[in-house]
Amino acid sequence: MRSRNLGRAQLLFLRLLLLLAVFALWHALTAWKILDPFFFGNPLVVLENAGRWFVSGKIYPHLAITLVETVLAFGAGTVLGLGVGLWLALSPLTSSLLEPYIKGANAMPRVILAPIFAVWFGLGILSKVALGITLVFFIVFFNVYQGVKEVSPVVLANARMLGASRSQLLRYVYLPSATSWVFSSLHTSVGMAFVGAVVGEYLGSAAGVGYLILQAEGAFDINTVFAGILVLTAFALLLDFIVTVAEARLLRWRPTSAAVETR
Amino acid sequence: MNVEAEQARPHSSLGAPALALENVTCTFSAASGGAQPYTAVRAASLQVGAGEFVSVVGPTGCGKSTLLNVAAGLISPTSGGVRVFGQPLAGLNRNAGYLFQSDSLMPWRDAQDNVAAGLQFRGVGREDSLSRSRHWLARVGLEGFGDRYPHQLSGGMRKRVALAQTLILDPKIVLMDEPFSALDVQTRQLMENELLELWSADRKSVLFITHDLEEAIALSDRVIVLSAGPATRPIGEFAIDLARPRDVAEVRMTRRFLELHMDIWELLKAEVLKGYAQQKLG
Repeated sequence: MRSRNLGRAQLLFLRLLLLLAVFALWHALTAWKILDPFFFGNPLVVLENAGRWFVSGKIYPHLAITLVETVLAFGAGTVLGLGVGLWLALSPLTSSLLEPYIKGANAMPRVILAPIFAVWFGLGILSKVALGITLVFFIVFFNVYQGVKEVSPVVLANARMLGASRSQLLRYVYLPSATSWVFSSLHTSVGMAFVGAVVGEYLGSAAGVGYLILQAEGAFDINTVFAGILVLTAFALLLDFIVTVAEARLLRWRPTSAAVETR
Repeated sequence: MNVEAEQARPHSSLGAPALALENVTCTFSAASGGAQPYTAVRAASLQVGAGEFVSVVGPTGCGKSTLLNVAAGLISPTSGGVRVFGQPLAGLNRNAGYLFQSDSLMPWRDAQDNVAAGLQFRGVGREDSLSRSRHWLARVGLEGFGDRYPHQLSGGMRKRVALAQTLILDPKIVLMDEPFSALDVQTRQLMENELLELWSADRKSVLFITHDLEEAIALSDRVIVLSAGPATRPIGEFAIDLARPRDVAEVRMTRRFLELHMDIWELLKAEVLKGYAQQKLG
């Protein structure tokens, strides 16, 4: 087992090497015309396009809009999911009343709502935020609901014996317990918020990285499309990293399964 | 020594007992429609005097915890009632602290915040509650462990934190549900001695549930034997006239301890066998 544990630096080096190898393969395949560069682009041009965006500053307003949409959808969806999740988990009557509708709303492919939101909220930021919220809400909601249902009955009884009132139980037992479940869903939901923003832009907008991709696609500029995808991926990784850092800060009390994973 | 043993006897003259279960019956309706409702406890009565340490022993699965939950007010009996210092109990028993069998600490709070939780619920200021919490952690031998989270503590340490968490509120009655059953023998004897020491410092009324007869005798003023379930009820009571202070390991080797053990075991054995036979059938 010992030999399989790579050092941190070694692992990072191998990962970068893998990335480089993929780009080299891509380059080789397109340069030798095994893949048609018209459809598959050229990694050097893709990187050059992406670089030019940042050097000229053309990308920043678009990126800012996409990120604002993502963060707003993520924040609002999480708060809504947390609130509704706590509420339904603690009032069995309401939850049994709403159960079939919630299941239905979750099963519906919600991307299809994008055109409706565009009609309702226009082509600006709001329609993308609304789409992102519908994606984030259900992930957080189901996790919170589950989290509250699975609070240890002994911990609960103990808090009651120590004198906790109903509102104190909510604040000091249910909420922290649900929070740990929310965090396990945040990686998924931050990705979903991003999906909501970009898909929304792609389906109709005047700004954002999704809009840039849509424009390039209209001009058959495949290298710019790939450059857009590359930028989106990089920022998705960045958001995920921020969530990981926040998680490590806020869930210090948890046995470190995360430490096992990153080893 | 003898005087102390005398004092430890049930206090019949000092007004109402700290805790009295009167004719308590607990019937749980079966989850599925067709099955019979299950009677865990039937017509059980027992008393704990002020400052008295009472243990309840019985075969496993005989409804001991049900009795304790009734005394805590966590479940209300189907019939019968509970009196706390003479007053009928409605809702949670605010005079009682409860030490649970399984882990009851809030995993998202470190040790000192767990111990301070009850004070916080009562509106005591943070500075004050934390300094009292640190004091109690020191009393249970965990000085300097305040910033550890439950998963960073051993089973015995978690029990100490839970003990401090309960005792910091200075309850008049302490209910304990096999609190040390998950610990190894050495840790367990240490904890038992520490419990006796804490108890003798300010005599609280203790109702201690266990399936371990030796533990019951070593700790208590009085041992109550329960019948095998279902429909458990007390079937015998024994005053433990061993001198205090006791060392739980040493007291086990005295002749009086063995006599008491033999007397009680004679009664308990039949119930254990019954309980075992029922479990095999079930």
